[in-house]
Formats: sequence, C-alpha cells, structure tokens
Amino acid sequence: MTHALRFEGVSIDLGARRVLSGVDLELGRGELVALAGPNGAGKTTLLRAATRTLSPCEGRIVLGRDPLSDLSRRSLAQRVAIVPQETQIPFPFSALEVVLMGRSPHLNWLGFESEEDVAIARRAMESVGVGELAERSILELSGGERQLVIVARALAQSPEVLLLDEPTAFLDLKNRTQVLSLVRAWVREEGRSALVVSHDLGLAAQAADRVALVAEGCVQGVGPPEEVLTAENLQRAFGVEATVIEGPGGKPVVVPRLR
Amino acid sequence: MRRLTPARFAGALLVLLGLLLLAMTYGLCVGASALSPIRVAEVLLGDTSNEVARDIVLRIRLPRVALGALVGASLAAAGVLFQALLRNPLADPFILGISGGAALGGIAVLGFGGLLGLGYQAVPPAAFLGAILATLLLYAVTGLRGRLSATSLLLTGVVFNAFASAAIVFIASLSGLTEGASIFLWLIGSLSSVDGPALGWVAAFLALGLAITFPIARGLNLLSLGEESAEQLGVAIERHKRIILLATSLMVGAAVSVSGLIGFVGLIIPHLLRLLIGPDHRLLLPASVLGGAAFLVVCDALARTLMEGRELPVGAVTALAGGPLFLFLLRRYQQRAFAT
Repeated sequence: MTHALRFEGVSIDLGARRVLSGVDLELGRGELVALAGPNGAGKTTLLRAATRTLSPCEGRIVLGRDPLSDLSRRSLAQRVAIVPQETQIPFPFSALEVVLMGRSPHLNWLGFESEEDVAIARRAMESVGVGELAERSILELSGGERQLVIVARALAQSPEVLLLDEPTAFLDLKNRTQVLSLVRAWVREEGRSALVVSHDLGLAAQAADRVALVAEGCVQGVGPPEEVLTAENLQRAFGVEATVIEGPGGKPVVVPRLR
Repeated sequence: MRRLTPARFAGALLVLLGLLLLAMTYGLCVGASALSPIRVAEVLLGDTSNEVARDIVLRIRLPRVALGALVGASLAAAGVLFQALLRNPLADPFILGISGGAALGGIAVLGFGGLLGLGYQAVPPAAFLGAILATLLLYAVTGLRGRLSATSLLLTGVVFNAFASAAIVFIASLSGLTEGASIFLWLIGSLSSVDGPALGWVAAFLALGLAITFPIARGLNLLSLGEESAEQLGVAIERHKRIILLATSLMVGAAVSVSGLIGFVGLIIPHLLRLLIGPDHRLLLPASVLGGAAFLVVCDALARTLMEGRELPVGAVTALAGGPLFLFLLRRYQQRAFAT
C-alpha cells in the first residue's frame, strides 16, 4: 500500500513542554484511521502538525512523496483539508458561500468561483445532507448544522488527506453516523485518506480500518480496532476499567465501568 | 444572499457609483446659496459666464465635497478591514488606537503649537505622525515572535485610546478658550478646514491602502473561518494582517489628520452594506469605499444646511444619524441571528 501521509519520528514542543515525542504513524491511500486517546494526549497536535500549523522539532511528515515542509502553502491547501472541533463565523455568509471557501486553494488569484466550483460545493453539501441549507445564513444554523457545513467545506476542498478533529462532538446520533459513514465511503470510493480524532470509540471502531491509541504524546498502539481497543490498552491509556464486548461485524464495543 | 458573480459585483458597484455621483451633486448644489444641478453641471463643464457660481462650486464646494468623499471612503474601508482583521463586526476604524494617536498628535499642536511657533497648518502632519507612531507602538507591543494576535491588538488599542483620551483632556484643560474650541471641533470631526495639498494626501493614502488590500479581499473572507482555518486554506495570514494594519494606519491617519474623529461612518457603512449585498469582502470592500464616500458627502451637506446661518460639525451629524440607524441594524441582525 502506498502512503498518503506518514509521520516519521515526529516530536513537537509547545513552549517548554514536549507534546508529541517520536510519533511514527502511517496513513495509507484509501484508509481511514481513527485517533483515540485521553484529552491532552496530543491528538489535535498531531493533526495541526499535518496541516503545518505546528512544525516538528524532530522528525518529519511526508505527504505522498513530498516532505510537508517542501510544499507551498497553496499546494498543501489543495492536498490536505481539516475539519476543526468548532468554527465560529462572525459574518452572515450563506452556507454555500462557506462551502465555496473550500474551493479557494483551487482558484486563481482574486478569481471568482466557476460554475464547476459551485457544482462541486453543492455536491459536497448534498452528500453531507445539508443541500437545502445552501442559501441560509451561517449565523442562523444550529451548532450541528454548522459543523456539517464545515465538513462539506472540507470535502469541497477535494483533498488527498482529510483530517477531522472530533467532527462529531456536537452532533446527534443520526448526524454522527452520517458524517462517519460519509467519510468512510469517500475514503473507499475515491481512494482518499482520512485521519479522524474521535472520543466515540464505538463509532470509531465501526468506521475505521485501523485505530491508533495516543497517550502522553506517543502512539501506544496501532492496528485493527479489535486488536487495539482491548481492556488492557484502555486501562493503560485512559486509566479506566472497561469491558470490551464484541459488537456488530466483530467490531469492539467499549463499556466503561463506573467506580 | 445570492452568491457573488462578476455580474452582481459590477451591478452593485455601478449602483453605488451612481449614488455617490448623486450625493456629490447634492453636495455641490446645497449651501448658503443654493444652486440648481444644471448650473452646477454648467460650471463643471467649463462655463465661465457666472463668476460667482463658478467660485462657489469650484473653489468652495468642490474641494469640500471631494474631501468628504475621500474621508468617508477611507473610514468605511478601514472599518471593513478592521472588522475582518479582528473578526468582530463591532470594530470601527478608531478601535486600535491609530486614531487616538492621530488625535493626540493633532491636538498637541492645537493646544501647545503656539508656544513652539507652529501654526494651524502643522496640525495635519502632526496628527499623521501621531497615527504612525501609534501603529508602531501597536506593532512593538503585539508583534511578538512574528505573530500578531488579534486579542492583543484589540486590548492594546483600547488601552492606548483611553490613554490618548486622558492626554487630550489634559491638554484641553491647560489650553485657552480658543484652542479649547478648536480641540472640541477636532474631537467631534469636521470637514471645514480643507486645502489642496490635504486633498492630495488623503487621496494618495486612500489609493495606496486600497491598492494593497483589494488583492487580499478573498483572504479576508477566509479569515472569517478563523486564523488557523484560513491558514490551512492557503492564506498567508501574518502577511495579510500586516498589510491590513499598514493600509488602515495610512488611511485612518490621513483621514483623521484633516478632519478629526468623524465617528460612525466606519461602523455603519460596512454593516448596512453587509445587510444589502452580503458579507463577501471582494464586493464589500469596494462597495464600502463608494458607500462611505456617498454617506459622508450627504452628512456634510446636511451639516452645512440644517441650521441656517451656521454650520454643524459633520461628526455630530454622522453620530446623530448613525447612532439610531446602528441600533436599528443591530436589532435586525439579532432577530435574524435568533430567527431559528
């Protein structure tokens, strides 16, 4: 399998604190990898390194065949898209205008969006299920609807690698399922790749080809969900006792035990 | 709001250009002695038969209308730019303390210039210098490790404005009655002192400011998503912030140095236009330039004619007209935001 994105011994310092140390992780083409782990473990930092918002102090990140640090800002934006945890927009852009912003790395300087860009944006909105919100002001949408629009924005960017940072944190069960099924279908059908941070371990296990367990700035284990999401691993990463049972399709379901 | 297309872009700007031309015609017609639009047109087209009308239009009203248009355009453009930079629809051109610096510079000369042998003509350069110094201070305080943080910019601006206000009150309390009156006029903003070179400077800095910010207008849209998201979409965010700060300090500095602190133009015009034509900065920025120009020309015409025999400071008119208008807009905004 060729690699879409590869972290090679990546360490990152924020101020004096080492947030990631020596992370090795590969994301294959046509693969969806879920990042699981406790708060503050470095999952978001890993995504921010992949968008070059943060630079590694050791190691490097390779996108396809290109070291991330060699890419121009524009070509990086054409190839990697991210859905942040939350997006606040202060001005009354329509949902379609927000999704069209995803096309901007593909436009020429000061260019207007073409009919094709609009078609791509509308398709992205339809696929996320927010097609009918196109003309609504982003200020009028609920938090969940806004997040779906932001997911459509990232899809409209047509990236090779899609990074999602707890994209479903504010979504209800239906929308959660919809976003993850959609991302999975997009990865499979178009041969793209996605790295998804999720605290919903059950859904992550259902959607992901592999799960990477991140704790204390290191990847503690990577592999198929049923191999990584074990009671011992969860105890080690989260310090929580949990029973792992077999769910649909042999995928693990994590049931934490209250103390 | 419909999506921005080249046709909509051109259409909206043509309508606003028409409004500006109407406003300027109105500004040239009204005053102590009213002239008909036809007479004004004749004079503008080179008719020399009526010396008095010619003098009124070309020597008195035209420079003033032109200054009103240039200052209005500068303030409205700066308002749009600050709102985009700070991601805050309530920002105005005076929020970052650039105007405070300009006012302090200008008023220091108004109050103490006599002691140093500086006349009134030293006020605009001193004010412009004040604006530039305030911008440099803003850079020095907030530009740590190559990044400008919007929050620190805002905090520094607010604190510096408060400091400048206190210093202005201090100067005003030490100066005589005549100086006090001109300081007051300056604080509220007026277009009554206009000369040729001032027009040239304001026009030059407006042109420069717009020339460097029009190309980044689409980047301003992306900035609405947040700095990090904008950067991930390919926007050179720190460069954009520096361009905005440079452009606004030149435009606000030049505008304030010749007209004082004319409020509300830079706050209301961007808002009003956002409601009418949408928030896309590629259109909003040039539209605000035209709309701000038209608004201030009309306000100044009203300032000259509302009270017979005397002139109101234009800043009082913009505030009197603008305050209620702004509250109305804010209410509509909120109703729309919570409509669901």
